[in-house]
Amino acid sequence: MAKSYYDPADLRKFGKITEWSEELGNKFFDYYGKVFEEGALSAREKSLIALAVSHVVKCPYCIDAYTKDGLQRGITKEEMMEAVHAGAAIESGATLVHGLQMMNKYDKLSM
Amino acid sequence: MTQSILTDIKKAAKKSLKAREDALANTQKQLEILNGDLFVDGELPYFKDKIAETGQFPLKPKKLEILQINVGYMCNQVCGHCHVDAGPDRKEIMTRETMEQCLEVIRNTGAHTLDLTGGAPEMNPDFRWFVEEASKAGIQDFIVRSNLTIILANKKYHDLPEFFKKHNVHVVSSMPHYTRGKTDKQRGDGVFDKSIKALQMLNKVGYGMPDSNLRLDLVYNPSGAFLPADQAAMEHDFKKALKEDFDIDFHNLFAITNLPISRFLDYLIASDNYEDYMYSLVEAYNPAAVENVMCTNTISVSWDGWLYDCDFNQMLDLKVASKVKHIKDYNDDVLNDRDIIISQHCYGCTAGAGSSCQGSVA
Repeated sequence: MAKSYYDPADLRKFGKITEWSEELGNKFFDYYGKVFEEGALSAREKSLIALAVSHVVKCPYCIDAYTKDGLQRGITKEEMMEAVHAGAAIESGATLVHGLQMMNKYDKLSM
Repeated sequence: MTQSILTDIKKAAKKSLKAREDALANTQKQLEILNGDLFVDGELPYFKDKIAETGQFPLKPKKLEILQINVGYMCNQVCGHCHVDAGPDRKEIMTRETMEQCLEVIRNTGAHTLDLTGGAPEMNPDFRWFVEEASKAGIQDFIVRSNLTIILANKKYHDLPEFFKKHNVHVVSSMPHYTRGKTDKQRGDGVFDKSIKALQMLNKVGYGMPDSNLRLDLVYNPSGAFLPADQAAMEHDFKKALKEDFDIDFHNLFAITNLPISRFLDYLIASDNYEDYMYSLVEAYNPAAVENVMCTNTISVSWDGWLYDCDFNQMLDLKVASKVKHIKDYNDDVLNDRDIIISQHCYGCTAGAGSSCQGSVA
């Protein structure tokens, strides 16, 4: 029995997801593969977006995967850190913008 | 903890594994690891079984196209990923007598490419003589693998760009990244600036310029435990950055995968990346790349004249499985009848778009 919720070795077993539902698993991996192909955005740009989102959703597997993917693509650590900050800024902004709700409610309730 | 291990590796990497009397300097030890637990337990398939799935075992040579000669393991650099375990402390140097035996083969074999490598081939005292003689043999493509910094290492090497030009040598040089940090991490402090300077010197005599016949190609090896990305995309990024930042031109970029042997294997084990790296190589296995792996059209000659299927097998001391094992007995027909010797390091040449000394193959 694993002693941790996360095991780094599980990342390379991701494909096994299809074993319990082949159809949905395959549909997911087809979709996933297609999303990251070269398109209107380059695969390099999408890799940086994926890295930022990985941090926002706090997925340790994704962070490992897209750090390695970035290294492979020759993406620099400065670019990676800027992407992480872009994600973090949106996430903290999302928290902070709720402050307006607090302000509105405060004003409404106050005489 | 990983950081302190890596600092230790960096310190140690001022000397070769051999000079450090490291256990991994023993090729048997390396082969034991490559044939070890990961594969024995069936977790990952042996390379032999993998290529058998597509009927490609045993791997056989095709027509010889490239004669790759390693003129010695001495080098002015001690790169962390070096599969040769080269360095200033390595004394294995090809003699003129062995060079003469090589010239005999160069003149008579049908190979269209001659590829000189090392170490830093320029450090062999007979290097210039050998280049002059070999260039008379009418070989179509005459490559010298130059690490660039050698050109600036000593006054006596400053005229190498002119010398290469005079003999119409095709220069192939390592450049792990277009940023200083990554280059110096892999190859040593100061290597980036010297490499840039050397590339500018080569450009100045005409090497690498868009319409020039003086070929200048760069080799990209990942600076760590990951595989190279698409060669064309990397080439695009390198060209843009080197042009914008340093006004440097070059022709092509060869993306070469680091094979898990010698100092790169040492790094993988010490940084706890070995298992993941082997998984990455096996996962990226591409049967189409097997068709064109370089051992099928190359013979590698060591400083002391022994013959190997490739430079990597040379460093693992896996001599060709043929009656002819030495350059002095060279015979195309006998050699072509051999089976190529393989082990798990071969996954490095079949991952993704494949990898050879000329870059991607698939």
